[in-house]
Amino acid sequence: MRTIAIMNRVIKELLRDKRTLALMFLAPILILWLMSVIFTANSTTNVNVGTVAISSSVSTNLNQVKHVNVKHYQSTKTARKALKDDKIDAIIHKSGNDYTITHANTDSSKTSAVKMAFRSALVAANVKTMKTQLGAAKATINKLQKMLPVQAQQKLRAQSQGQVSASKQSASPKITNHYVYGDSSTGFFDKMLPILMGFFVFFFVFLISGMALLKERTSGTLSRLLATPVKRSEIVFGYMASYGILAVFQTILIVVATIWLLGVEVVGSVFNIIIINLILALVALAFGILLSTFANSEFQMMQFIPLVVIPQVFFSGIIPMDSMASWIKDISYVIPIKYSGDAVTGIMMQGKNLTSFGLDIGVLLIFLVVLTILNVVGLKRYRKV
Amino acid sequence: MTNAIIDLTHLVKKFGKQTVLKDINLQVMSGEIVGLIGPSGAGKSTVIKTALGMELADGGSATVFGKVMPNRQLLARIGYMAQTDALYETLSGRENLKFYAQMKGIHKSEISDSISHVADVVNLADDLDKRVSGYSGGMMRRLSLAIALLGNPELLILDEPTVGIDPALRRQIWKELNAIRDEERSILITTHVMDEAELCDKVALLLGGKVIAFDEPVVLKMQYKVDSIEEVFLKAEGEFK
Ligand SMILES: Nc1ncnc2c1ncn2[C@@H]1O[C@H](COP(=O)(O)OP(=O)(O)OP(=O)(O)O)[C@@H](O)[C@H]1O
Ligand SMILES: [Mg+2]
Repeated sequence: MRTIAIMNRVIKELLRDKRTLALMFLAPILILWLMSVIFTANSTTNVNVGTVAISSSVSTNLNQVKHVNVKHYQSTKTARKALKDDKIDAIIHKSGNDYTITHANTDSSKTSAVKMAFRSALVAANVKTMKTQLGAAKATINKLQKMLPVQAQQKLRAQSQGQVSASKQSASPKITNHYVYGDSSTGFFDKMLPILMGFFVFFFVFLISGMALLKERTSGTLSRLLATPVKRSEIVFGYMASYGILAVFQTILIVVATIWLLGVEVVGSVFNIIIINLILALVALAFGILLSTFANSEFQMMQFIPLVVIPQVFFSGIIPMDSMASWIKDISYVIPIKYSGDAVTGIMMQGKNLTSFGLDIGVLLIFLVVLTILNVVGLKRYRKV
Repeated sequence: MTNAIIDLTHLVKKFGKQTVLKDINLQVMSGEIVGLIGPSGAGKSTVIKTALGMELADGGSATVFGKVMPNRQLLARIGYMAQTDALYETLSGRENLKFYAQMKGIHKSEISDSISHVADVVNLADDLDKRVSGYSGGMMRRLSLAIALLGNPELLILDEPTVGIDPALRRQIWKELNAIRDEERSILITTHVMDEAELCDKVALLLGGKVIAFDEPVVLKMQYKVDSIEEVFLKAEGEFK
């Protein structure tokens, strides 16, 4: 009951602070938009693709894709030399039914451009051949069917459908990607987006909730609140509920903006992303409230940004940790954004389920519980019971 | 000591090395208005905060309604007005009152009646739907007092409630305080206005971390052989130095 009253009050206060609200919702979109501008500008760079033993239909299709130049090579050896000399950005090699793409991968935007171009070229070629094949097959089948009695006709139809789907399967070849430098995860932007999303949620909830509680303390409303029979936990939960709701809206907005502005494909469920970000927001809130007790003014609260918030980005996984000293890796284990980033990456890029991130969610929940308990106990500073 | 609503015995409170309260003995009975006076920085607000359990005593004991403070449940029976206004400025006066009423655990059905009653006492009924950020200093003080009066608490603890309030309204507020006392409820009030001290049933003079005098105004005046509490105050402070 009191928790809900506190939640209502905090939300009311937030809604009336139009500027903070605008910052919370518009700033992430602005930044994402800026990034999208930079990102799309990047992707129009021309890529040179070397092909070895590729069917002419695929090759012409590939050449038709904008900003892609195709060069034919007689052998993989000459192609590799060209790749080494920086004349081409990738080699596409066909052996049997399967394709192998070797990316130079020095520029991740080129790598993804090649992947996309090749996939679309392949699909276009497939569709064409399938169309002609299907057309021919259908024509002969129809001809034959007409000559047969009705019962046999039905049998055949069922069979022919089976054949079509079988031919579809055989038509999709395996594509293997190789990288001269780094690996598939080197795609900087792809990797950054889920973490960035978490960062926005974390940053704003941390800062605004911290400031809000700081204001409660400095204006004296906190001690007045604590002069009523309210429980300390009710105050913390009230704040959690209100900022949780806020985070849900923020996440929805960011996800929609990501899909819309950046054209990023979200493979998994948006709902799952919201859940992860909601948990992250609660962690950020608990963190903000906790740190606000160590600040005596808004300015001192701001000082936590370079100290606490920015390092989160470095250890969140945006920068590959594999090559770093192990003690640096150890630090990353206490960075909440790392866990949400892992989970959201998986959901967004690979369409994984929440259940596959039990560990990440578990760690976030441990953060949440520990910080919440610290907060509830920490309020004892202002009232002894 | 029967019926003591607030009972402070040998209360000691330190802030770091500074001992603000050395030995405080103070009783507030039911149906009594006790005024706490003393120079600025004497520790009046500290006495109140310790009695409420917002500060932990370093020695002695503070009991309210016969129970040792701090005690969360008891806070529902106490109306507290802090020296600072402590209002939510983005909310309207009514929203502030409603929020604190909910925090005090006043029953839903009684909240709106309670709000209109206290708003009348402090003469704020017409401005209740304005945002507090648009209030004058005196209006904020009145709203703060109104919050303390919510829910007819058995004990009122008011830290300089009438600062910045005009004489007519001050008189009205004292009328209400007297009515509260007549209902056998108790009030502990701090003030720098000696005219108000005269209106209390008992006055406690806080000096050097101790209550150096605690009696009815008439008795105090006789004791110090002067005509007003103001002179009592000045004489006591002079002797102390
Ligand atoms: N939280 C605190 N930390 C450190 N010292 C404090 C704290 N609160 C009060 N003090 C000190 O205790 C002393 C008494 O303060 P208090 O606020 O009780 O005075 P007061 O009698 O209410 O004064 P005023 O009439 O000006 O309101 C002051 O010297 C003050 O500096
Ligand atoms: Mg004071």
